[in-house]
Amino acid sequence: MSFFEDPIKFLAGLLQDLLVSLNLHPIAITVINNIVGALIVSSVGLVIVIFLIWLERKLAARFQDRFGPNRAGPFGILQSFGDLSKLVLKEDVVPDAADKIPYNIAPILSIAAVVLVWAVVPFSVEWIGTDLNVGVLYIAAVGSFGILSVLMAGWASNNKYALLGAFRAVAQLISYEVPLIFALLIPVLLARSMGVNQIVGAQDIWYIFVVPVAFGIFFIASLAEIGRTPFDLLEAESEIVAGYHTEYSGMKFGMFMAGEFLHSLTLAVVTAALFLGGWRGPYVEQLPLLGPLYLFLKAGFVYFLIVWIRSSLPRIRIDHMLDITWKFLTPLSVVLLMAIALTDALLKEFGQINNTALYVGAMIAVNVVIALLALFAASRLNSRQRRQIKTFEPRPLAVPPKPAAPAAASTSEEASA
Amino acid sequence: MTPIQYFFLFTAGFTLLAALGVVTRRNVVHSALLLVVALFGVAVTFAILEAGFWAVFQVLVYIGAIAILMIFMVMLTRRNVADETYPEPFNDNMRLAFLAALLVFGGLALTIGGWDAARETMTVPLDYDALREFGRAMVSPDGYLVPFILVSVLLLAALVGAIYVAVLGNKSQEERE
Amino acid sequence: MIPLSWYLIFSALLFSIGLFGVLARKNAIAILMGVELMLNAVNINLVAFWRYIVPATTEGWMFVASVFVVAAAEVAVGLALVYSIYRGRRTSSADEIDLLKW
Repeated sequence: MSFFEDPIKFLAGLLQDLLVSLNLHPIAITVINNIVGALIVSSVGLVIVIFLIWLERKLAARFQDRFGPNRAGPFGILQSFGDLSKLVLKEDVVPDAADKIPYNIAPILSIAAVVLVWAVVPFSVEWIGTDLNVGVLYIAAVGSFGILSVLMAGWASNNKYALLGAFRAVAQLISYEVPLIFALLIPVLLARSMGVNQIVGAQDIWYIFVVPVAFGIFFIASLAEIGRTPFDLLEAESEIVAGYHTEYSGMKFGMFMAGEFLHSLTLAVVTAALFLGGWRGPYVEQLPLLGPLYLFLKAGFVYFLIVWIRSSLPRIRIDHMLDITWKFLTPLSVVLLMAIALTDALLKEFGQINNTALYVGAMIAVNVVIALLALFAASRLNSRQRRQIKTFEPRPLAVPPKPAAPAAASTSEEASA
Repeated sequence: MTPIQYFFLFTAGFTLLAALGVVTRRNVVHSALLLVVALFGVAVTFAILEAGFWAVFQVLVYIGAIAILMIFMVMLTRRNVADETYPEPFNDNMRLAFLAALLVFGGLALTIGGWDAARETMTVPLDYDALREFGRAMVSPDGYLVPFILVSVLLLAALVGAIYVAVLGNKSQEERE
Repeated sequence: MIPLSWYLIFSALLFSIGLFGVLARKNAIAILMGVELMLNAVNINLVAFWRYIVPATTEGWMFVASVFVVAAAEVAVGLALVYSIYRGRRTSSADEIDLLKW
């Protein structure tokens, strides 16, 4: 086996030979192999995030007709290293009244929750950290550590803005987890497996073209999960300073930042794997090295969409944020899941499950009908709500004091007596 | 002793220490955070038992929903946000409760010690796709369709009841006053 | 390999700790936490029995699923009750909720 055919396998073989030649215990060899694998998988994301910050700043600047960072290195690519060294050298301020242990664990947990997802991301045909048979459930489960870290940070800071930010964050993240998981179930249903690699393997036609509405729900819900504009209420600087990380400084703040950027990329990669065909592309079976390239191209497209939305839309109001998930996305995702399961079962009943054209056509038809119905219902409800809002008379800003005011007060006193 | 045995003892040890912390800490928020640690230890135990599905499910349901809800409620029900003094955590029955727990553990330990089947070690390798079979059994009338629907109805009833008690019940109470 | 009795002793200890928490704690939410520990001990037992005694069946899994659902329902209703009482009486200590006690 040569290096270029499958470099990861080649290097793993080298490592295996080295460990065997050292005459180690077989269990020790397994443990060392697994630790090296975990280090490689987790450092992929952590290295990418450094360049991601630069990329995001550059893109946001372009959307706002600015240049962005352009001093350090070519195109300002070294800007992130400067930021990083500043954060490391900064004094680490811990509030006196902070709850020390949760305060220090929260940033670690926030980044760990994101890095854990990379364990089940398939990079190429056989390159996957661990091919868990419940991979999709695992992605949903480790996300809950992120919520926990936000709650811990907000509580332990002992600051009212931090606590308010944490409460908002929990309300938002838990609410949006419901449509997110329902949307995740749709690729599981189509691929008949919860393993991420099997879902990628089943996508002869990308699922975005089979169930576009599920992709839409998943995308909106994941925007809320990563707390990006228009759902960045958890750190709305005009209302609650900086939300749950108000009291953090130095590298602990940096870890929250890195966790947030990495979370965006991670969800983009998960979206690419579940809906955009993951590593699939021309010639990937012959040359596994192309797999990560295709995966990151697709993830990059999703990430670009996230940055685009971030720099175009304003923040939405908190009651609207909750209305969107509970009154629109959740019912829509439940109805969609049931409709797709029904369509799938009907096609199976009539023996048309292998008729790809009919299958895809039926799925798209179901999706379009449900999307149109949902949008129609939402606009009807919305316009009815708008009609109920009472219009109020415009009035002058300064009103002269009424001379009859004391008399009115005395009459009301008499009335009460 | 094999490495997996050491690993099990380590997991059991930190789970039990965290559980002791849950029932003895003065600060209820710390109790709730330690509860997360204990629940995670139980998830690791499921993974050692080759029930990966339940390990992931434990994290999703217990840590992702139940523990977070509990932390949230502890924070909501403090008398005062700035209250830094914590009341005595135990009630007057503390000694009796300790005795009861000790007796229950003694009884269980005696039962386990007198049972021969408890000494056996795992010999059969698991080459059975329990998750797939479980999924089939949940929706087949010969399997557990009726229990599955029953627990679903129970959950629905609990959710409706919880919303009524927490939100609507209070509203009507305020209107009466 | 690990003998079955280790799991049983572990879960018995966890159950007893949870029981102590339920009987001895003042705070109503801490009592609910004790109940959670007890339910988890039951789950460890169920999964261990499934793996050691009847590994090629799914009965054990159905019991575990039921315990999960019951735990979720119990927490939802329990916390709603605690919150409702807290709104009316400004306390979450089980000792002070004694309106029905003579």
